[in-house]
Amino acid sequence: MSKIAAAFQKQRKCFIPFITAGDPNLQLTKQLIVAMANAGADIVELGIPFSDPVAEGEVIQEANIRALSAGTTTDKIFDMLAEVRQETNVPLVFLTYINPIFTYGTEKFLAACQRTGVDGIIVPDVPYEEKAPLAELCGKYGVDLIPLVAPTSDERIKMIAREAQGYVYIVSSLGVTGVRQDITTDIAAIATKIREVTNVPAAVGFGIATPQQAVEMAQITDGAIVGSAVVRIVGEHGINCLKPVTDYVYQMAAAVHGTV
Amino acid sequence: MTKGRYGVHGGQYIPETLMNAVIELEEAYEYYKNDPEFNRELQELFHEYANRPSLLYYAEKMTKDLGGAKIYLKREDLNHTGSHKINNVLGQVLLAKKMGKKRVLAETGAGQHGVATATAAALMDMECTVYMGREDTERQALNVFRMELLGAKVVAVESGTKTLKDAVNEALRQWTAHVNDTYYVLGSVMGPHPYPQMVRDFQSVIGKEVKAQMLEKEGRLPDVVMACVGGGSNAMGLFYDFIPDNEVQLIGVEAAGRGVNTAQTAATIARGSIGIFHGMKSYFLQDEYGQIAPVYSISAGLDYPGIGPEHAELYDTGRAQYVSATDDEAVAAFSYLSRTEGIIPAIESAHAIAYAQKLAPALPKDKIIVVNVSGRGDKDVAPIARYMGVDLHE
Repeated sequence: MSKIAAAFQKQRKCFIPFITAGDPNLQLTKQLIVAMANAGADIVELGIPFSDPVAEGEVIQEANIRALSAGTTTDKIFDMLAEVRQETNVPLVFLTYINPIFTYGTEKFLAACQRTGVDGIIVPDVPYEEKAPLAELCGKYGVDLIPLVAPTSDERIKMIAREAQGYVYIVSSLGVTGVRQDITTDIAAIATKIREVTNVPAAVGFGIATPQQAVEMAQITDGAIVGSAVVRIVGEHGINCLKPVTDYVYQMAAAVHGTV
Repeated sequence: MTKGRYGVHGGQYIPETLMNAVIELEEAYEYYKNDPEFNRELQELFHEYANRPSLLYYAEKMTKDLGGAKIYLKREDLNHTGSHKINNVLGQVLLAKKMGKKRVLAETGAGQHGVATATAAALMDMECTVYMGREDTERQALNVFRMELLGAKVVAVESGTKTLKDAVNEALRQWTAHVNDTYYVLGSVMGPHPYPQMVRDFQSVIGKEVKAQMLEKEGRLPDVVMACVGGGSNAMGLFYDFIPDNEVQLIGVEAAGRGVNTAQTAATIARGSIGIFHGMKSYFLQDEYGQIAPVYSISAGLDYPGIGPEHAELYDTGRAQYVSATDDEAVAAFSYLSRTEGIIPAIESAHAIAYAQKLAPALPKDKIIVVNVSGRGDKDVAPIARYMGVDLHE
């Protein structure tokens, strides 16, 4: 069983925070991963910064700029993760765009994932139709390729879910990442379609910020993913973000874990 | 199984949220491109509204001055809205209307595609929003006001390098948010399938006309056809019908900015490497970690770090050659064509003129070169004056 699958079995519902690697620096990213895991994060999603993140709203766009300005590179992220793995076994998932992976060398990238204990990858600009070369190498190196389904996916949901690994990332709303007041998509209907074809769990992301929103999403799926709300705290507190982020993650994880 | 491939290039690298939209677009395009009624309406728009066919003009003074190959200019600058961009836009907005869309959005660099989209939207009663980098709204302020006059909303994009690349990023983000009721009018032969193919098809009217006009005037095909290349739509439109004619040399002229060996360049083929960005696999200016480079050219329309996937394939196979012209060469050509032929070209098109000035004297007099004047230069007069150090008060 993969570490990601085990995480979903341990807790009835999972809380999955996201941060951008290298924001504001890689030393702090390492501390944040360990602290978030200790505060109850079941899985940690880690963004590899990209110059042109077309699926991101302003909050995560700015985090990408901060991380790149601080000199973050894919190699330095892998070096940092090797240190992280001496302190925590929390499942780690990369979220990045295809160009940083392709340009680094897809095979070299996935081999490094395996070596440093990265359990899965999410690549928002690789849809089902383009995933074959990536999926093949993910299989070779034992890295889960986590797919996204969107409010517009409709009849594509089952096709995508059937081949899902790790978890299915349900995009809650149209548009880019960012905190939203309301999530109007019928997430339960999407989750039902997914469950008809796979036992792989499903978690909801995009727009979730409050414990109440996270609980609502976790009630109808297997977990809640929170990115912009965490990254906003990092942005506001900079090098002093460790405590406020940890406090927030503790509160959110406790709410999600209490969900039935 | 992946669609829209040109050799290894192309594809559909876009977020899942947009997949059904591009599939719907592809189905609609495949249907309407063979629909006689759609084609009749598009031809009527070309002829009655956009001033097609555009002239193929023998540049006699330029030919004599350069003393080599005979030079013809394809006058896309004489189209309604002042550039080749209208060809693609009339096709796409008509398609959007057939698909029942009421809103369109577009990115723009120099503003020519934005102006064309705003024009077609006004004509066909569509709501129109255009995304344009903040820097481009400043260096092409005239086009911003033109779009607003035409009833479009222009949004200045503040992210990244605040130029065309960032306008595309923001257009993609906004399309993701409004995909249910909005059509994205992409302005070049780039992005996810079916855009590179569809835009090329709509622009291929340029090459088709050149072929017919050349056969009428000279009784033979030209030896060289050339055009400037940013994303590459005017070049692809010119090249496409000549691809099977192996005796016709195809030359794309990229923007070298301050020089291909400087960091301030937009010459993608000269300096780029293979990558995947903006929906397509192609060549991009980027670093070793796949971070897209902050490119530079005096020309807002060529100031883009990638190139359309079909150009990438034409380069790989050697069917087309790609060269470059610097800012200084383009500005000199801008002045040269103005004074020699009384034609003020767009600064984008001036890059092609600049290379023609180099190539023509090296060829014998019985050779024929066709240069695409993709747009007119009115929009560039103020920025070029500033570049030349002239203090101009508009």
